[in-house]
Amino acid sequence: MNFFIKLSKIDRRFIYLFIALVVVLPLIFKPKFPVVVSKPVQDVYDYIEKLPEGSNVLISIDYDAASMPEQQPFLEALLRQLFKNKLKPILIVQWQLGAPLGTMGLEKIAKEMGAVYGVDYINLGYRPGYVAQMVGIGKEIRDYFKVDYRNIPLDSFPMMKNVHNYNDIALLVGLEAGSTYLAWIEYAGGRFKQKIALALNAVSAPDAYYFYQSGQIVGLVGGMKGAAEYEVLVDKPDLAVAGMASQSYSHLVIILFIVLGNIAYFIEKGMKNKEGGK
Amino acid sequence: MGTTIGIWIAAGLTLFIYSFLYKDNPFYKFAEHLYVGITAGYWIIYTWAYVIQPMLLDPMIKNKQFILIIPAFFGIIMLTRWFPQISWLSRWSIAFTVGMGAGLGVTGAIQGFILPQVQATLVPLTGFNFETFNNFLIVFGVLTTLIYFYFSKEQKGVLRWGSKIGITFIMVAFGASFGYTVMARISLLIGRIYFLLSDWLKVLR
Repeated sequence: MNFFIKLSKIDRRFIYLFIALVVVLPLIFKPKFPVVVSKPVQDVYDYIEKLPEGSNVLISIDYDAASMPEQQPFLEALLRQLFKNKLKPILIVQWQLGAPLGTMGLEKIAKEMGAVYGVDYINLGYRPGYVAQMVGIGKEIRDYFKVDYRNIPLDSFPMMKNVHNYNDIALLVGLEAGSTYLAWIEYAGGRFKQKIALALNAVSAPDAYYFYQSGQIVGLVGGMKGAAEYEVLVDKPDLAVAGMASQSYSHLVIILFIVLGNIAYFIEKGMKNKEGGK
Repeated sequence: MGTTIGIWIAAGLTLFIYSFLYKDNPFYKFAEHLYVGITAGYWIIYTWAYVIQPMLLDPMIKNKQFILIIPAFFGIIMLTRWFPQISWLSRWSIAFTVGMGAGLGVTGAIQGFILPQVQATLVPLTGFNFETFNNFLIVFGVLTTLIYFYFSKEQKGVLRWGSKIGITFIMVAFGASFGYTVMARISLLIGRIYFLLSDWLKVLR
C-alpha cells in the first residue's frame, strides 16, 4: 500500500529520467525489433509502385524542424522509391521553415540515387497563400511557380515542359505537421479529383483516418512508426526503424506509470473514504 | 569544420532546452529567446526573398505590372491596425480576405468534406462478416455522435441513451488521439537523442 502511495507522489523528474533511459539504451544496444507494415502505409507504397515510369509526383513540404524526426525519414524513404521507379518528384513548400528540410532531403537522396536536377526532379520552393495556390495549380502551375527555388524559369527545365496542372500529376504526397492537409483534400482532392497520399505527424494522424476510410486519400503514413514501416518497404532501414525499439519501450513504461498511478489513486481514495467513515 | 561547429551549437541548445525538465534556468531561457528571435528573423528574410521581392517588386519594376499596386495597397493598409485613428482601413483588407475565404470555404467544404463523408457513411450493412461489423460501427458511431450534439430538444429517453453512447465514441476517439500524441512526443525525443548520440557524441554508427 505504502509503495503505491509513495509512487503517486514521486518527483516527476524521475519519470523523465526513466523515459530518457528507455529511449537511450535501445538506441545504443539496438535490440531486434520487428516492424509490421500496416495497410494504410502499404497502400501508399503500392499505389506508387503501380505508377507508370516518368509520372510526376508532387511532394508538399508542410512541416518544419519541430516535426523533423517524424517527417524527414519518410521523405527520404519516399524519394528513394520515386527515383528507383524513375518517377519525377516536384517539391513545393507550404511551410516556410520547412523549405531547407525539403531541399536537404531532396538533394541528399538525389545525389545518392544519381538523379539530375531539372530532368529527374525539381524543387519549386515556397510560395505564400496556400489555398489560392492549391486552387490555382488546378489551372496552371506557372501562375504560382514561374521559377524554381533558385529563380530559374520553369520552362527551362525539360521535366516541367508538359506539367501544367493536376492532370499532369499522378499523385500528390503531403508531408503534414499541421492542418494544411485539410486544404489539399478540400481543394486538390474535392475539386480537382487529385489523388492524394498523406504522411502526418502522429498528433494529426487519427484525424485523417476518416479520409482514408472514405477513399479521399490513397493511404496514410502516421508519425515515425509509419516512416519506419516505409523504410522497411523500400528496404533501407534508417532513423525511423532505429527508433522503434525506443518508441515501444517508452510506451510500455508510460502504460506502466499510468496503471500504477491509477492503482495509487484508487488506494488513496479508498483510504480517505475509510477515514471519512470513521 | 563548419559542420562540427553547427553540431556543437545544436547539441548545446538541445541540452539547454532539456535542462528545463530539471527546473527553469537561464540556459533554457537563453535558448528559448534565441529560437524565437532566429525564427522571426528567418521569416522576415524568407518573406522578403521569396514573396515581396519576386512576387511584388520585381514584376512591378522589371515587368511594369502596375496592377500589383492594388494588392500591395491592401497589404499595406493591414498595417494600419497599429494606428488607432486609421485602423478602420484594415477592415477593407480583412473584408476581402473573409469574402474570398468564405467563398472558397463553402464550395470546398461541400465538395471536399461533407459529400464524400456522407457518401462514406452509406455503407452496406448486410451479411455476417467483420466488414459488416465495421460498417455497423461506423454508422452507429456517426448517428449516436450526432445525437450527442443535438441540442434542440431535452435529451431524454432514446435521445439520452443515444447521447451517452455518442459520448463513448467521442471518448474512444480522444483516447486514440492522445495515444498518438504520446507517440509523437516520444518520436521527437528519439530524434533529438539520436542526433546527440550519433552526430554529436558519435556513439552510434
